[in-house]
Amino acid sequence: MTAVLEVSGLKTHFFTHAGVVKAVDGVDFAVKKGEVMGLVGESGSGKSITGFSILGLIDAPGRIVEGAIRFNGEDIANAPEDRLKSIRGNRISMIFQDPMMTLNPVLRIDSQMMEAILAHEKVSKKVAWERCRDALGLVGIPSPEERLRAYPHQLSGGMRQRVSIAIAFLNKPDLIIADEPTTALDVTIQAQIIHEAQKLTKQTGTAMIWITHDLAVVAGLADRISVMYAGRIVEQGLTDDVIDHPLHPYTVGLLGSVPTANKRGERLFQIEGMTPNMLALPEGCAFAPRCGFASPACKVPPAVEHVADRELRCYHPQSQVAAQ
Amino acid sequence: MTDATLQAGPRAPAKVETPFQRFRAEFFESRIAATAFVVIVIIVLLAVLAPWITPQNPYDLAQVDVLDGRLPPGSEAFAGYTMWLGSDGAGRDLYSAILYGLRISISVGLASGVIALFIGMTVGLIAAYAGGRTEAIIMRVVDLQLSFPASLVALMLVAALGKGVDKIILALVVAQWAYYARTVRATALVERGKEYVEAAQCLGLSRIRVVFRHILPNCLAPLIVVGTVQTAHAVSLEATLSFLGVGLPQTEPSLGVLIANGFEYMLSGRYWISVFPGIALLVTVASINLVGDQLRDVLNPRLKK
Amino acid sequence: MSVFVIRRLMQAFFVVFLMSVIVFFGVNIVGDPVYMLVSPDADQADIEAAIRRLGLDRPIWEQYLLFLKGAAQGNLGDSFIFGEPALKLILHHMPATLELAFSALFLAIAIGIPLGLFSGLYPDNPVSKGIMAGSILGFSLPTFWVGLMLILLFAVELGWLPSTGRGDTATIFGIETSLATWDGLKHIFLPALNLALLKISLAIRLTRAGVREAMGQDYVKYARAKGVSTRRIIFVHVMKNIMIPVVTVMGLEFGSLIGFSVVTETIFAWPGMGKLLIDAILQLDRPVVVAYLMIMVLFFVVINLIVDILYSILDPRVRLQDQGA
Repeated sequence: MTAVLEVSGLKTHFFTHAGVVKAVDGVDFAVKKGEVMGLVGESGSGKSITGFSILGLIDAPGRIVEGAIRFNGEDIANAPEDRLKSIRGNRISMIFQDPMMTLNPVLRIDSQMMEAILAHEKVSKKVAWERCRDALGLVGIPSPEERLRAYPHQLSGGMRQRVSIAIAFLNKPDLIIADEPTTALDVTIQAQIIHEAQKLTKQTGTAMIWITHDLAVVAGLADRISVMYAGRIVEQGLTDDVIDHPLHPYTVGLLGSVPTANKRGERLFQIEGMTPNMLALPEGCAFAPRCGFASPACKVPPAVEHVADRELRCYHPQSQVAAQ
Repeated sequence: MTDATLQAGPRAPAKVETPFQRFRAEFFESRIAATAFVVIVIIVLLAVLAPWITPQNPYDLAQVDVLDGRLPPGSEAFAGYTMWLGSDGAGRDLYSAILYGLRISISVGLASGVIALFIGMTVGLIAAYAGGRTEAIIMRVVDLQLSFPASLVALMLVAALGKGVDKIILALVVAQWAYYARTVRATALVERGKEYVEAAQCLGLSRIRVVFRHILPNCLAPLIVVGTVQTAHAVSLEATLSFLGVGLPQTEPSLGVLIANGFEYMLSGRYWISVFPGIALLVTVASINLVGDQLRDVLNPRLKK
Repeated sequence: MSVFVIRRLMQAFFVVFLMSVIVFFGVNIVGDPVYMLVSPDADQADIEAAIRRLGLDRPIWEQYLLFLKGAAQGNLGDSFIFGEPALKLILHHMPATLELAFSALFLAIAIGIPLGLFSGLYPDNPVSKGIMAGSILGFSLPTFWVGLMLILLFAVELGWLPSTGRGDTATIFGIETSLATWDGLKHIFLPALNLALLKISLAIRLTRAGVREAMGQDYVKYARAKGVSTRRIIFVHVMKNIMIPVVTVMGLEFGSLIGFSVVTETIFAWPGMGKLLIDAILQLDRPVVVAYLMIMVLFFVVINLIVDILYSILDPRVRLQDQGA
């Protein structure tokens, strides 16, 4: 399988009055056709900025300072706006976190859906409308004709997010970036939305980057997982490998803090300390100050290490420690 | 804290900013606002000192010579001094007339502003603190009045009351109190819900004390901002009414009256009689507005970075 | 929807009634119009006859009831000066005022919204800073003084445009208007611009603030992520959102334009009802003053009503709230 998207050495920095925020600072990953990649991290770890960088939607004072974003072989990092516009919503589409805020409150669903088609294809409004109707049906929305005439506030949160998913799949994109699409929803709705997204990627062969802070969400959804911390990917690998044998102490901590049935009664693990101040990151490994295994070696930023088919940035891989 | 600052101990207290010092520093950050503030000070000084720095009391008939009428700027008056801004139709030195006019315009604007502020503030506080029916009725009246433009309300009142300084002040007060009431009530409502008010109530302090000593001081910032803008508006509104001939009488010649007097000469090219008092009015109103804008930026905590 | 309209209508009716009390008693309590009407050498008998003729010998509450009775039949009393029904006088002068106010509103929107849009989209551009400085100045400049300056510049110095009167009118669609003739357009331009000035500043500020807020919203970023053209984002996504507050405020301002036209009409000798009002005030022609004020009250109430309904059509969220309540 070939890679739909290949991100290498991506650095997106924000030049604020208070200093330079290195929101994304050297990120490499690849997503293959039809693959779902979970991009996991705390808020402020740069996972959303990574998503926006791919689409070229970084606004001043931020910009992509380095790196390549190869989409189907073409480097689209800092590509001209016209080129990016023809890709956005067409070849790469995006689902946002809060469907309450992302759907324009004063426009009807039909016009917000149809514009995604009409922006990229010269088809009649009637054809566009029919495609929108079918897309709504596909994501499990009953009586789509009626919903198309509705305004966003007339739909429930879950319904609105289904609309967003339908919009994302409208142009049969090669890649969908979903930025915490279920965070704002109830747990029961969450499961339905995840199921819907999973089904559609399988059917259409669309690759997907699912950004979330919740490891549990991607555990059952993603083929691969990338764990981000302070602008860098600290560990990535196949989902089962990462979940069952986490190597990076941060991943271990994240997994330990997920409540599960077989840990009933046990105390949940807690990662010490606070999320780092992005304006004053520690030298070397950014996680070191919160890490129980940190050593003087951690003062030098760890390079990417390949352990089997895993990638890792750490001097103290955990499972190996345990094995010793 | 580094060692250096610790060693500088004895001098350190001098570096601590009082809230007022910080406010002053932030206010004067904007050069435009600083200039406007200086201009206001100068205008007020000119108005206050008018009798001592003008060559003529324009309303003392003994000092005015009709033969000096409609002289262009820079002409020499019969009495020997130069009329740098020319003279009006009755032979008054315009420079003198403008300074005396400023006195009246500013007094009327300030007086109406202060009275409206006190009435609006009281009503707003009552509404916010009493709540329930009282608040609903008061706010209905406020909303009703605010749905009519202030200029129309003032015009209605002068239509009923007639000319005169007291009447125009009354009209301006009635036209403006609602703005203060709305502001105070909105701020007081926010403050009332805060914990320090609850704490004060728990201490058993009287209602009056809670309102005036605890809530009111926290409403002052928005009040000052609205007060500045409304005062500028009052000065401008008084000038407008006087220009229309329904505001101040000829015996109390504010800037608006001066401009109205010059209007008839305008079409014959004697522009200065209207233009110079107009510039004085414009500079006054614009300066107050600019200061008000900056006050809003500095005093509004939401805009702080 | 109909419950909403009926409730608003009842509120409006109450307001009109309340204001009629305030206006009538306010205007009729002070001053003595009789002395303005009788000749200076009239004797006591003449004066008393005049008082009776004008109905001023009755107690004020009785005068008010008579006024109410008349008002219900569309009669707001006769002018003391002209002897004609006050309402007829005002209606006669109304088209000129409406025409002026509409032209000013048009100018305010046509000039203010594009300028505000530009300065909202490019806040750091020097042109935007110039626009904002201009709008602050526009708020500070007293309308009447700007009117004088416009006359001084365009009529006296340059001689391009006439400074007084309404000019030729022509009839289109049964409405007599000066917008239909070149001479009329020349006459209306300065007063309309003068009247519009404050509203241009207002439209600039509202539009700019709205654009800046909307541009930061997620729905704009989402639209960009869909690949929607910048033009569509600005003119559909952003404009449709900011048009709600702008339409509301500008609509409410239409009433204030009519109120402010008193000033502009006086300066430019525009034969509208504002000038009629000033003359009536100066001559203590109470019925005309009362009639004018009542018509203004009615105007404002109707405008508020229309804006409320418009608002509920433009913003689907309002409608829903009201149904829920």
